Amino acid sequence: MKGLLKFRTNPTIAATGVVVGPLEKKSPFKPLFDKVYDDERSGQPTNEKGHSKLVEDACMIALRKAGFVPDDADFLLIGDLVNQMTPSNFCASELQIPYVGMFSACATSISSLLTAALLTESGMSACSIAGASSQHNAVERQFRYPVEYGSQKPETAQWTVTAAGVAAVTPNQAGFPAIVSGTIGRVIDLGVTDPFNMGAAMAPAAADTLERHLNGHGRKVKHYDTIITGDLGKIGFEIYQKLIAKKKIETTNNLRDAGAEFFGDDSDFQAGASGTGCSAAIYFSDVYEKMMVGEYKRVLLIATGSLLSPLSFQQGDTIPCIAHAVELEMK
Amino acid sequence: MLSIFVTAFVVGGLICVIGQLLFDVANLTPAHTLCILVVAGSILDGFGLYEPLIDFAGAGATVPITSFGNALTHGAMAEAEKHGFVGVLTGMFEVTSSGISAAILFGFIASVIFRPKGKV
Amino acid sequence: MMDEKKYAELESKISPKPPLIRNLFTAFITGGTICLIGQGISVFYMTYFDFTERTASNPTVATLIFIAMLLTGFGQYRKIAQFGGAGSAVPITGFGNAVISAAIEHRSEGYVLGVGGNMFKLAGSVILFGVASAFIVALIKTILVKFGVVSW
Repeated sequence: MKGLLKFRTNPTIAATGVVVGPLEKKSPFKPLFDKVYDDERSGQPTNEKGHSKLVEDACMIALRKAGFVPDDADFLLIGDLVNQMTPSNFCASELQIPYVGMFSACATSISSLLTAALLTESGMSACSIAGASSQHNAVERQFRYPVEYGSQKPETAQWTVTAAGVAAVTPNQAGFPAIVSGTIGRVIDLGVTDPFNMGAAMAPAAADTLERHLNGHGRKVKHYDTIITGDLGKIGFEIYQKLIAKKKIETTNNLRDAGAEFFGDDSDFQAGASGTGCSAAIYFSDVYEKMMVGEYKRVLLIATGSLLSPLSFQQGDTIPCIAHAVELEMK
Repeated sequence: MLSIFVTAFVVGGLICVIGQLLFDVANLTPAHTLCILVVAGSILDGFGLYEPLIDFAGAGATVPITSFGNALTHGAMAEAEKHGFVGVLTGMFEVTSSGISAAILFGFIASVIFRPKGKV
Repeated sequence: MMDEKKYAELESKISPKPPLIRNLFTAFITGGTICLIGQGISVFYMTYFDFTERTASNPTVATLIFIAMLLTGFGQYRKIAQFGGAGSAVPITGFGNAVISAAIEHRSEGYVLGVGGNMFKLAGSVILFGVASAFIVALIKTILVKFGVVSW
């Protein structure tokens, strides 16, 4: 099977940083976030500048917690959803860490983490910052309508979060979650065209990557304390579970979805949260904490992304989707 | 006097119900729905049916976007009656300028004083 | 791998359908209320100003768009739309909201390229189709009148 990664040196996540916007105060995970802004634009004049500030703060927090300054970091591997990823680019310009922009839409949290682990494994990185971010207003205006435009969102719609989550990846250190393996996803497109039902578009990609990861690495679902998908949302998560059952994968009750859980049961957010920052914020706060305190020993993170553009959607194309997986273990 | 309020409510509401059916049953985007309604208003006026609806329902017929199509067509036809074919082109915005000019003006003012909020 | 057709079946079985009856009802109430307010405004213009039943619709439309500006600017129109659906999109206030929300949104790119260039990015199609259909309808009617098929 192709696309499988096994790490012999087990790079670790030495620290994480998660910064969110004001609305994300409604999240039950709020106490676990490092910083919460009261202003949607993080005190900046535009949404895009605020977006940039958000991820910059997250990077600084992760570096500080790991005992580094920006000059110590070898690589910056971050991405977002805005055209040409300018928020990440401007953040990289501020931090002056050698930078590669990462794009897997909402699966960027994992594609960047895997890339950081590979660089670390190769011995060329003592500290890499990997992560992803999104800002509601900046993303919404690009993919859908102006923020104040009145359109009725269906129950399948998901709310793009304002959040940035990054991890500082270092060579193996005892006492931190280690990156032991991963699976690079294939683009799966089962013909969904509704941009207000992203969960349904992404669910097959998540199920495919899960199956390939389990078969490729010889794992069973019960090997993990939790398998947590990125932002399928409540409806996509249900479809994903049906797909797994159809694939005859034996499941336990250890499946979670960051998007479905992000805002709890608040129906203001329809099917839940989405956005590049959604999975990153939950993985690098809740999941990371639970590993640090020993509640989770082994977890599988599967971040999902819809690789559409406003143009491809308007031209009537379907929504191609991807899911990348990474296995973390507390040794 | 009071009955016009009732008919305005009912007729205006029903036009919106047609719009909602186009959203939910025909699965159209808001933009497609509004375009269809505008064209419908225009065609109804071609058959001379929209003006009687306004007499019957007042604002119930003039406030929905269908009235925009009606007003454009009405202006064009009124000028065509006077000046022939040239009037079709020149008369269009005769009646309906207020909606567009108000939208442009208030849009501009809003852009000066408001910022997008984006909260639930 | 599952094929697209099978997946579409599975997906549509799980994805909730729009609650049609509820949506039609809220659209009716919301749209009806906006028209009712419009009627009130037009009676106001007829009573206190020199407007007739016919001409009162112009200031009424302008006033409604002004109200739409305030509601859009203070972030309320979006909430009304989530409740009312087509009930808030179909009235002229929805047209106003489309123009005004785009104008506010693109202020960050400046007044010329941002506000000016994007104001009609949503509402422009309504104007296009209104003008195009008015032209065609009026043209056909003019031709028919010239040939004596119908009269004005």
